[in-house]
Amino acid sequence: MEENMIKATAIDSKIPEGPVAEKWTNYKAHQKLVNPANKRRLDIIVVGTGLAGASAAATLGEMGFNVLNFCIQDSPRRAHSIAAQGGINAAKNYQNDGDSVYRLFYDTVKGGDYRAREANVYRLAEVSNNIIDQCVAQGVPFAREYGGLLANRSFGGAQVSRTFYAKGQTGQQLLLGAYSSLNRQIEMGKVKSYNRYEMHDIVVIDGRARGIIAKNLVTGKLERFAAHAVVIATGGYGNTYFLSTNAMACNCSAAMAAYRKGAFFANPAYVQIHPTCIPVHGDKQSKLTLMSESLRNDGRIWVPKDIEDAKKLQAGEIKGSDIPEEKRDYYLERRYPAFGNLVPRDVASRAAKERCDKGYGVNNTGKAVFLDFSEAINRLGIDVIRQRYGNLFDMYEEITDVNPGELANEIDGEKYYNPMMIYPAIHYTMGGIWVDYELQTSVKGLFAIGECNFSDHGANRLGASALMQGLADGYFVLPYTIQNYLSDQITVPRFSTDAPEFDAAEKAVQANLDHLMNIKGKRSVDSIHKELGHIMWEYVGMGRTKEGLETALTKLKALREEFETNLFIPGDQEGMNVELDKAFRLRDFITMGELIAYDALNRNESCGGHFREEHQTEEGEAKRDDENYFYVACWKYNGDDEKAPTLIKEPLHYEAIKVQTRNYKN
Amino acid sequence: MENNISFKLKVWRQQGPKEPGRFETYEMQDIPTDTSFLEMLDILNEQLIEKGEEPVHFDHDCREGICGMCSLYINGHPHGPATGATTCQLYMRRFHDGDTITVEPWRSAAFPVIKDLMVNRNAFDQIQQAGGYVSFNTGGAQDANAIPISKVAADEAMDSASCIGCGACVAACKNGSAMLFVSAKVSQFALLPQGKAEAKKRVKAMLAKMDELGFGNCTNTGACAAECPKNIKLSNISRLNREYISAKCAD
Repeated sequence: MEENMIKATAIDSKIPEGPVAEKWTNYKAHQKLVNPANKRRLDIIVVGTGLAGASAAATLGEMGFNVLNFCIQDSPRRAHSIAAQGGINAAKNYQNDGDSVYRLFYDTVKGGDYRAREANVYRLAEVSNNIIDQCVAQGVPFAREYGGLLANRSFGGAQVSRTFYAKGQTGQQLLLGAYSSLNRQIEMGKVKSYNRYEMHDIVVIDGRARGIIAKNLVTGKLERFAAHAVVIATGGYGNTYFLSTNAMACNCSAAMAAYRKGAFFANPAYVQIHPTCIPVHGDKQSKLTLMSESLRNDGRIWVPKDIEDAKKLQAGEIKGSDIPEEKRDYYLERRYPAFGNLVPRDVASRAAKERCDKGYGVNNTGKAVFLDFSEAINRLGIDVIRQRYGNLFDMYEEITDVNPGELANEIDGEKYYNPMMIYPAIHYTMGGIWVDYELQTSVKGLFAIGECNFSDHGANRLGASALMQGLADGYFVLPYTIQNYLSDQITVPRFSTDAPEFDAAEKAVQANLDHLMNIKGKRSVDSIHKELGHIMWEYVGMGRTKEGLETALTKLKALREEFETNLFIPGDQEGMNVELDKAFRLRDFITMGELIAYDALNRNESCGGHFREEHQTEEGEAKRDDENYFYVACWKYNGDDEKAPTLIKEPLHYEAIKVQTRNYKN
Repeated sequence: MENNISFKLKVWRQQGPKEPGRFETYEMQDIPTDTSFLEMLDILNEQLIEKGEEPVHFDHDCREGICGMCSLYINGHPHGPATGATTCQLYMRRFHDGDTITVEPWRSAAFPVIKDLMVNRNAFDQIQQAGGYVSFNTGGAQDANAIPISKVAADEAMDSASCIGCGACVAACKNGSAMLFVSAKVSQFALLPQGKAEAKKRVKAMLAKMDELGFGNCTNTGACAAECPKNIKLSNISRLNREYISAKCAD
């Protein structure tokens, strides 16, 4: 790999001059703009309608550009942002608890284990307040106090209450807000919406992204779309692991298309494993369900102190509520007194794994810990707790048949309620398409926003920051920065989709679909995807080693061979064929899996969501290596999925924040 | 907690919007009761694919009851027998060994079948496009705390805004009316000061679009609210009617 390395100077992140707090202001003051008459002559494709895609499409439409907006679901409102539960961060300091733009910036950089770009994160914190204003004006019904002002709660990795929320449905309400703005632009004719369309490739003409090839999922036909710029807002690659909290259709194919066209893929190894999900229950399971991080405001995480109690729990002989207070090990409170149950996600997930690996797991598989509300219910009453988390309790009961609000036992006058059982699961991906400060990829005219880029979260994302980043990119960053690119495109006439580049791209996409249909093997898409998931979780999951990652690469190579020779897709290409669509995505998940493994193997340190077992402190905490790995790992495609990618480094420069060991203990 | 059940599954199969449809019966053996309903359909589809047949097409995505993508009319109920839950949140422990379970698509003139159990709900988007928004451009908002909103109004708006746009209300209604869906959006904005400025225009535009797209009228049977997976209240329809009448009176 070393000999393939290109000099670091190959990467230009275009970070503006000046102190970190002034960079965005300076940028906006000096960037090039496009006047209203010229905006009408420019077309922009936005792929995806989640928080980033919908907010960008709506805002670009408001500004006067012509927008073509694509989604794979039956409506833009279905995008997976809708499932985000807990909330959205902003530095409003409405609670007067010492919050500020700087503190949000600092917490995000620290939460990301000092692997994010300072300038991007500062901008994110800076526009966070605009997002709340924007959403309230849209009619987003955020939770409020009796006095009529907005309510806040706390999330992991912060010592202030800066999270705005709408019950446990914040993502839904923010997305419906963006969707309403999008609908207004559709009605006004500025945005044209294409539902049940899936982007298959990006068309590049003279080195610039000029269009896409998309499959109409209802007719099965390929269609061509041209524009002056292409924006992908297609989310993360969590479903590489098969079981994740992502929706079933979430995929990384648009990102992989960009990668194959020359866009660097940055930090793929940074995958977030969320500590509070309902544990895996059987091999027929199709997805994992998240229980919001907000539960950690009042819920306490524990396993038994005594290994014998754990064994009895695993055998089903006793229940959690049979174990009295003094025999419970609240291990997060014990290990991290300053942050307790509200440590960041990566820390909480690893701590759960550590206990379960030692044999203290509390369910029949030994892979679960308790999240207990007894103390909070005894202190505040069940009504208050149900008001806060009622919908989550109901969701938990529907899935597991256990009601966490139900009184289960009384020992020495102390009331014990049914605890939830939780275990970490793949949830979010910090890595993504590499973008510069303008959110432009390494392909000119191709932009990536939201979860699908790598930009703001470093090696670990803090809770309630995904919604913030998606909307920051879509409402307040991309609509500015894209103009800096488009300003010299105003004289470029609209492209014909008959251009030879469109012909070639469509032919390649068609050939790929023909190939998939013609394998005519024996295995279903899902059976191969499940196998991929097992390899990824086992060897590229929460605890990674050099040997394990090498094994993963060998197994993934064999799995690709299996896919290419033994896949079976029923039906034909005419009309709707969901198996064909899943197969198209699975091919990319396999390539993505390899990319994650390559990056994880290269990064000989532990940081954030990437934990290499060889690199930990005596206390089992992640051990970074700033001397050798203080960079963004950008992976360049080498023309063939079977060839190893080339590593290019973007060194990080910190001016405002002193890089130090993350400490949540005191 | 776990045990297995076997049952007959009667599923509506339809190749395309214009093709005739029919029920197919499948025998399902030893399905664990902690499997979700959609996971049970995944199992059926794996079996069909193994036999070289086309899987049953159905809409689904988040599988945690929030995206509104899943549908299915199960044993005569939109989203099946559970109340306040979507099909994806339905678990097989609700059913019994030896049952016959009938699965159909939403049936409404405004929601044509695409394939099997999948329908086109684009009409809902069109109703929202007619007026389901506050007209202002990004960047023009004042400070979020500038206008206090009573907690009662905010909570009620939140309840209305919880609608996931799945279409169960239309499927449940003997008239194929979309009143519950439209009233939820109209109510959310009517309850908040931000929505007041265009309230009159909005309610008229959204209702006109609903009529235009072939949805039926409301005769207050309440089936929509009884079947709604998000428990959207019937009182939203009363509010919609009040809003509409006062808007028309002002004409």
